[in-house]
Amino acid sequence: MAKVFIYPATSLILSDLVARFGHKPLGAALGIRERIQTAGVDSPPLQITPEEPKRGLKYAAVEVPSGVRGRMAIYGPLLEEAEAAIIVTDADLAFGCMGCARTDELILFSLRQSGIPILELKYPENEEEGVQFVAAVRKFLAGLEKEGEA
Amino acid sequence: MSRKVRIAQLSCGPEYSGVQKEIYEAAESVDAEVFFPDIALADVERAVDAFGLDVRSADLKLMIARGKALVDGKVDADAVFIGTCFRCAEAAIVRNELRRYIHEHSRLPVVSYSFTERTTAGTLLTRMEALTTIARRRALLAREEQTGITMGVDSGSSTTKAVVMKDNEIVGTGWLPTTEVIKSAEGAVASALEMAGLAREDIQAVGTTGYGRFLIGRHLGADLIQEELTVNSKGAVYLAGHQRGASTVIDIGGMDNKAISVLDGIPGTFTMGGICAGASGRFLEMTAKRLGVEITELGPLAMKGMGKNVPMNSYCIVFGTQSLVNALAAGSSREDVAAAACHSVAEQVFEQQLQEIDIKEPVIMVGGTSLIEGLVYAMGQLLQTEILVPPHSQYIGAVGSALLASGFIKGE
Repeated sequence: MAKVFIYPATSLILSDLVARFGHKPLGAALGIRERIQTAGVDSPPLQITPEEPKRGLKYAAVEVPSGVRGRMAIYGPLLEEAEAAIIVTDADLAFGCMGCARTDELILFSLRQSGIPILELKYPENEEEGVQFVAAVRKFLAGLEKEGEA
Repeated sequence: MSRKVRIAQLSCGPEYSGVQKEIYEAAESVDAEVFFPDIALADVERAVDAFGLDVRSADLKLMIARGKALVDGKVDADAVFIGTCFRCAEAAIVRNELRRYIHEHSRLPVVSYSFTERTTAGTLLTRMEALTTIARRRALLAREEQTGITMGVDSGSSTTKAVVMKDNEIVGTGWLPTTEVIKSAEGAVASALEMAGLAREDIQAVGTTGYGRFLIGRHLGADLIQEELTVNSKGAVYLAGHQRGASTVIDIGGMDNKAISVLDGIPGTFTMGGICAGASGRFLEMTAKRLGVEITELGPLAMKGMGKNVPMNSYCIVFGTQSLVNALAAGSSREDVAAAACHSVAEQVFEQQLQEIDIKEPVIMVGGTSLIEGLVYAMGQLLQTEILVPPHSQYIGAVGSALLASGFIKGE
């Protein structure tokens, strides 16, 4: 079983897919609701204090906005823990999304730099692409199993 | 008990910056509640397309959709607070454009702020108070004439000012440097009453403003205790004889600066900056001290100099002073240095604050620094307009307070 970072980290579908195929998803595990009544689309489930942006200094310099550093305080440790990653680009908001594009850039860069196996997929636009999407995820995750066995 | 003022929050990053609690606290302390306009996820992209600003961050898209919902009347609110992370360029663009959009298409008062993880409820308090005042006291702010005998006291960070007004005329003024807050207020009040030839019992209503407003308000038994954003706006348009229509009020204070876009005497959008002293009246005080002149002599001295002869452009008071000392050591004239200091302060305010509001003429400069003519000249050069400095501009807060306090005279 591999620890797989999912992007968007809030995607329940991705989280479910990874878990179904026997791996541990690393994500925000926060459902995107039909209506948004919180501050942001990916409002944190945790009580974030001004300490988090300071902890985020491990991942981003002080001149980086506090919101990015606060997010990195949450996602940074998950990135360090990750043994693989699935990145879905151009995702629909309802699929799961991240609130801050600057944090996204840093997360994706960190993942690509880490050298772990990464599957990058474009968000499917129709049913046929959807089937191919799931198949690609399954193949990638099955490959991780074999890597683990070897 | 009056209904809580409902402030719609449009923001990106406050929760992850750990400051959402501070925003709630600041609103709570002025009997307001902050809420997030409830919109459907499906409406977000549609609203962003209609707005026409193609941003990448989903939370900024959400801000735009929520702002549009407010303007379209789909969500009810009394005021709007826009907040994004300090130093985020994408967010700064959205913050400014959204603020302008709401200001132009609705009557909702808006304040925008860029926060860091160090932002506290105290920093936000005056802004929240101004938002609630505009929402709650529109009728009071509509007052254009002072009646009866009233007094206004402005307990500022550098000086305390008092004004006595009678039948729409200023009949007494007094000021003292703020040392012990209550003592300074008592001294300024005594001077104003003496000049007016009146006793404390003759005063029918009292208003207080400025940093010490709560303390001196309680001490004087004030009828109105009001933050300086709304009070100064009111005082400025009253003294400038421009109570109707649009105007811009600039107050460069001892500790922070206010830039307010005013319509019919009521603030629409405003910014308040108080982080860097190089952009405040305090820097001019230091400059005067270093040049060996009284602050009152700094303006005329600056008018004789050429600011561009001396490189000085820092929002930090320490670096600004360094430039000043270096310039004098290199043989620059005192006149040139004085002019450069005035230009530097004006430039910081122009770059950091005036970009966040819509400048509409007339531009009215108020507060003690408006008496420094070199500073007024420099601001006029930067804005390419003639700046209006009304009589008694240094007493602006006290005049605004006295004017508004007359709404509390019994029988009014």
